[in-house]
Amino acid sequence: MAELTRDDVAHLADLARIDLSDAELDRMVGELGVILESVAVVQQSPIADVEPMSHPMPIVNVTRPDEVRPGLTAEQALAAAPAVEQQRFSVPRILDED
Amino acid sequence: MTISAAGETRPTNSGIDTEATIPWDDVLAAYDPVLGLEVHVELGTNTKMFCGCATEFGAEPNTQVCPVCLGLPGALPVVNEVGVESAIRIGLALNCEIAQWCRFARKNYFYPDMPKNFQTSQYDEPIAFGGWLDVEIPAESGEGTETFRVEIERAHMEEDTGKSLHVGGSTGRIHGATHSLVDYNRAGIPLIEIVTKPIVGAGERAPEVAKAYVATLRDLLKALDVSDVKMEQGSMRCDVNLSLMPKGSDTFGTRTETKNVNSLRSVERAVRYEMCRHGSVLSQGGSVLQETRHWHEDTGMTTAGRPKSDADDYRYFPEPDLVPVAPSRETVEALRATLPEPPAQRRKRLQSDWGFSDLEMRDVLNAGLVELIESTVAAGATPAGARKWWSGEIARRANADGADVVSYAGERGIEPAHVVELEGLVTSGRLNDSMARQVWEGVLDGEGAPTAVADARGLELVQDDGALEAAVDAVIARNEDIAQKVRDGKVQAAGALIGQVMKEMKGQADAGKAREIILARLGQS
Repeated sequence: MAELTRDDVAHLADLARIDLSDAELDRMVGELGVILESVAVVQQSPIADVEPMSHPMPIVNVTRPDEVRPGLTAEQALAAAPAVEQQRFSVPRILDED
Repeated sequence: MTISAAGETRPTNSGIDTEATIPWDDVLAAYDPVLGLEVHVELGTNTKMFCGCATEFGAEPNTQVCPVCLGLPGALPVVNEVGVESAIRIGLALNCEIAQWCRFARKNYFYPDMPKNFQTSQYDEPIAFGGWLDVEIPAESGEGTETFRVEIERAHMEEDTGKSLHVGGSTGRIHGATHSLVDYNRAGIPLIEIVTKPIVGAGERAPEVAKAYVATLRDLLKALDVSDVKMEQGSMRCDVNLSLMPKGSDTFGTRTETKNVNSLRSVERAVRYEMCRHGSVLSQGGSVLQETRHWHEDTGMTTAGRPKSDADDYRYFPEPDLVPVAPSRETVEALRATLPEPPAQRRKRLQSDWGFSDLEMRDVLNAGLVELIESTVAAGATPAGARKWWSGEIARRANADGADVVSYAGERGIEPAHVVELEGLVTSGRLNDSMARQVWEGVLDGEGAPTAVADARGLELVQDDGALEAAVDAVIARNEDIAQKVRDGKVQAAGALIGQVMKEMKGQADAGKAREIILARLGQS
């Protein structure tokens, strides 16, 4: 697998709309590299006889009662939004589709 | 929802007007329609599908949100128990099989109405599948109705999206907008999507079959008490798929999907319009483009939306944050036991129990009086009496107020017991019909219960036959010419005499009795 570069991380950060400082970029190159190496190890597991699974635990029917629980206030919800207007998330122009 | 790249090329139909239509009869002469209906229904749960946020309609923007429905990092969804139960009940009511084991899936797309960049839905493992719904359409003979069976492909669980406001365009539409404002209160509200199998063989009745299907489904969902099914508020939404195949062929043509057809009448009109448009394209030798279409209520037309291919890639994969739903057969049977009597069957049973004619039953249904009459009969009134007063005096006053009977009666505290009480006053002979109407007036004006109003207004038939006989004699003496006609056998002339007797008695007499006495006096009984 090709080595993760600083440019790769900067690109990912950009896609994810996360501002990273130079120092953070340097640190993330190392940390993400470790994660990728670990995943590469997992990929070598002998899984030919194992059914694909979508959840690590063999459990079903985990539900919650239909009771309202307090959520966030509008201020809290909008706190991290880059732009807010009329108590709503302001997003760039959406292409005309539906 | 994938977004088409600007300038994407579409198959060309050079020289062909793909927006023209041909007359209805020409379509039917050459083609058979194939229909497919997708209905989304918002469940009436207290909370969202995967988090405990409230679902109230009309709340201030972004006040019913939390880390789960905002898609914040680290938030974990948990399924709403009632959401799953409602989905299973809907599936059972649609005669579906219920999955032994199924999962949620992520439907990935990039559009700001879902902050997670995916909608949690179900893909190849729906909770319910393989059912049917019988719908009644007017019989071809023109008398009565006939049944058309619509096969149900599947019903699956998913979540609603946020609401976008488009700013800067002239009409609030996406086109021309400079930016959009999103409110996520609706994001995550439980939705059930119900999809039919292709409906073939409806022919010229395709528009009414489509309408009847949506209407029947709406009644069923209402009876299940799983949703308020208000098409005008968007808690029930319909997409219409339509294609044509040349008569005699059994190969489906290319379909279009007309979105957000949100009234029963529009469903019927949209099917008809697209049939006429497809017919025009095909008869010009062109090909129908596979695309979404937008329905316009005002013009009754559809316009082109985005091209849609079967290869639209939502990169579905099983939702790793949710565990599978595996309802035990005991659970399914327990939920089956909660199903109400199907609305169509219930209507037939009540009509026969009540002895109403088709016309009477239709009026009662249209006025939304079935439940009121049912509880009034249960409280002790005769079906005829219950119908007479609810759809008579009370409905008349409600109409004059511009209200529907149910809410009008509710606001004034009019209950089935009032109708029972009033009917008792009439059958016991204390009141006649015209007095009963006066009593209603008092009851509806808040003067109290029927007996109290009759007492307060001094309404009571004169029970003294002597007074009535005296009045009859006086009226006959004053109207010798009319009396003679009655003696000569013209019994209907007695009506004029009865009217005068009632006037003489200031309305406080039993008109039936007055008629009896008059006819006896004039030798006609």
